[in-house]
Amino acid sequence: MTEPNQGDGILAQGLAAPKKISRRQMLMTLGIALNAVAGVLFAVPVIGYIFGPAKRKEMKKEQAWITLGTLAQFPEGETRLATYRNPFVRPWDGDTGNIPCWVRRISADKVQVFAINCTHLGCPVRWFPQSGLFMCPCHGGAYYADGARASGPPPRGLFEYEYKIKEGQLWINAGHVPTLAQPPSQACADQSKRFACV
Amino acid sequence: MRLIRNLAAWFDHRLKLGQTIKETMAHPVPRSTASWAYVFGSASLTVMMLQFVTGICLAFVYVPTADQAWTSLQVLNHQQAFGWFIRALHGWGSNFMVALVVIHLIQVFLFGAYKYPRELTWIVGVFLLLMTLGMAFTGQVLRFDQDAYWGLGIGASITGRMPLIGTPLVRLMLGGPIIAGETLSRFTAIHVFIIPGMLIAFVGVHLLMVLKLGVNEWPMPGRIVKRETYLKEYHDLTHKDGVPFVPDAFRKDLVFSGLIILALVACAAIFGPFGPKGQPDPTVVQAVPRPDYFFLWAFAALALLPPQMETFLLIVGPVIAIGFLIAMPLIFGTGEKSWRRRPVAVLSVLLIVTSLAAFTELGTYAPWSPVMDAWSSVPIPPKLLAGRTALERQGALVFQSKQCLNCHALGGAGGQRGPALDAVATRLTGDQLIRQVLQGRGNMPAYGNNLSPAETTALVAFLESLHPPGQKPAQDASLVSAVPTSHNTADTAEH
Repeated sequence: MTEPNQGDGILAQGLAAPKKISRRQMLMTLGIALNAVAGVLFAVPVIGYIFGPAKRKEMKKEQAWITLGTLAQFPEGETRLATYRNPFVRPWDGDTGNIPCWVRRISADKVQVFAINCTHLGCPVRWFPQSGLFMCPCHGGAYYADGARASGPPPRGLFEYEYKIKEGQLWINAGHVPTLAQPPSQACADQSKRFACV
Repeated sequence: MRLIRNLAAWFDHRLKLGQTIKETMAHPVPRSTASWAYVFGSASLTVMMLQFVTGICLAFVYVPTADQAWTSLQVLNHQQAFGWFIRALHGWGSNFMVALVVIHLIQVFLFGAYKYPRELTWIVGVFLLLMTLGMAFTGQVLRFDQDAYWGLGIGASITGRMPLIGTPLVRLMLGGPIIAGETLSRFTAIHVFIIPGMLIAFVGVHLLMVLKLGVNEWPMPGRIVKRETYLKEYHDLTHKDGVPFVPDAFRKDLVFSGLIILALVACAAIFGPFGPKGQPDPTVVQAVPRPDYFFLWAFAALALLPPQMETFLLIVGPVIAIGFLIAMPLIFGTGEKSWRRRPVAVLSVLLIVTSLAAFTELGTYAPWSPVMDAWSSVPIPPKLLAGRTALERQGALVFQSKQCLNCHALGGAGGQRGPALDAVATRLTGDQLIRQVLQGRGNMPAYGNNLSPAETTALVAFLESLHPPGQKPAQDASLVSAVPTSHNTADTAEH
């Protein structure tokens, strides 16, 4: 009959244990708890700092109306390169803050403004007026004058910026690199079925 | 001499490292591993150390800001004493390191060295491979030129294809809404601090495991790895027939590393530094972005993948590939080690290496890309114009000015996006040519909106004249009678 006794003993010990926390044990527990709290306090701002640019609030702000200059620079029936200074830049961004785009003037008050980036993988498409095509130097994508996909690997036509004409000035709504997940504002609605839009 | 010995003794009395170093150096390894096949890991390590040295040197001068990085590279190339050479060493070093790490991986795979008990050594090695490639990509970005800028654009586009989290991930990668200053700062932090720190830690673990578990013995056909017996077999191998790592096995490592450093120095001195190419100014749209050679295969694959499965392969492909590399030693952890008894392993290596080599080769001349300036720089060969009618020559003019040469070659010059047209008339009839030009098909855009009827007539007349002498042009079978008409025989006799 020794076994039950042993069991009782362990049980009794187990019940008694919480009352017998030594000073050393408590100090250890306290140390771990302190460092856990400190670790969280330390980690939260670090993570927030690194992931800052990916916050939804930040991303929504990064869209603004920018002027491309007077409409008169873009003759009717022609497609021309325009550049603008991105509204969200740092003082040390240099040339990388200048973004090009293609402006196609269709009629007096109708234009199309295409992003420079191929919809396949973002390389700079070039306009060839002679053949009426945009061609991509990377993987051979080609687009028609109206931005529709002509051939090659691009999954869709060129990205288009939303535009408005005010007092003879051409304005576009821009601010971020266009990608399939986040096309410039206008095309966003069309693509929302397949990709999340901000 | 005595002084040095005393000094060494003084230090060792305090550091207590001498015994450990001695034991590590003299630890027995199987006699068969003192082989030239086992030198690639140590050579990778050597090149990595050199990369640390040259990388730190570059950091003395390089300015990691978007507006000054390119200029500081020019200063390094042209003004800083030996700046060009340090850049060349670092650039060639990265090429060497990628190559050596890949060769090391193939050797280890073929020798079955990933099997029990070295599974974790392999897995850590897979991470080291990924870090090496990560260093190569981020390093390419730090050489902040046109290629770097548009390379980042490609990275952002691939990331942007990720469903749901695409946009936040793009922002995280770029550090902001566009490719600019903060992008370069991020990549600098990753290239200079994060990955090298991880590399040091992982290389440390990798080496520690090689020491603790021993160098993989030369595999013999029929010597099966079993969990129950392997450790004892290996112990016998090293202790009954082993040699001390230093000097017996180390000699070859030493010689090979020396040769690699010499080759590296020679490449750097002879071929010089890589770039930088044009300034990272996105408004200069006359860019033809190309990746460094170790990513050319991916560049080629991205052009040749079927578009409808591209997003899936871009996102799921790497996960499967890396997942398989990591899981492989856990699945095939025992059994035959020798490549002589592992035909699937050997064939897999051959298939992957051949594919990567073929893609890389294609990537060097990118036949899928239009040659952007061919229409204005490549003339139509005169022999294709001699003896042609006025209409056909007018068609040649249309061919030239409508930039057909950007995608189609004549006389071996021009683009390779579409087929060469030297003998197009033998493949397509006049009617088919008109349809192809106006409506486009397959990879060819439609030119219907961009050609007047007169231009189309002339162009097709020229294309119809493109058939080698002695070869009949294509004919519409439904319009040709079984018995040769006088017109047909005359046509044949003419050539």
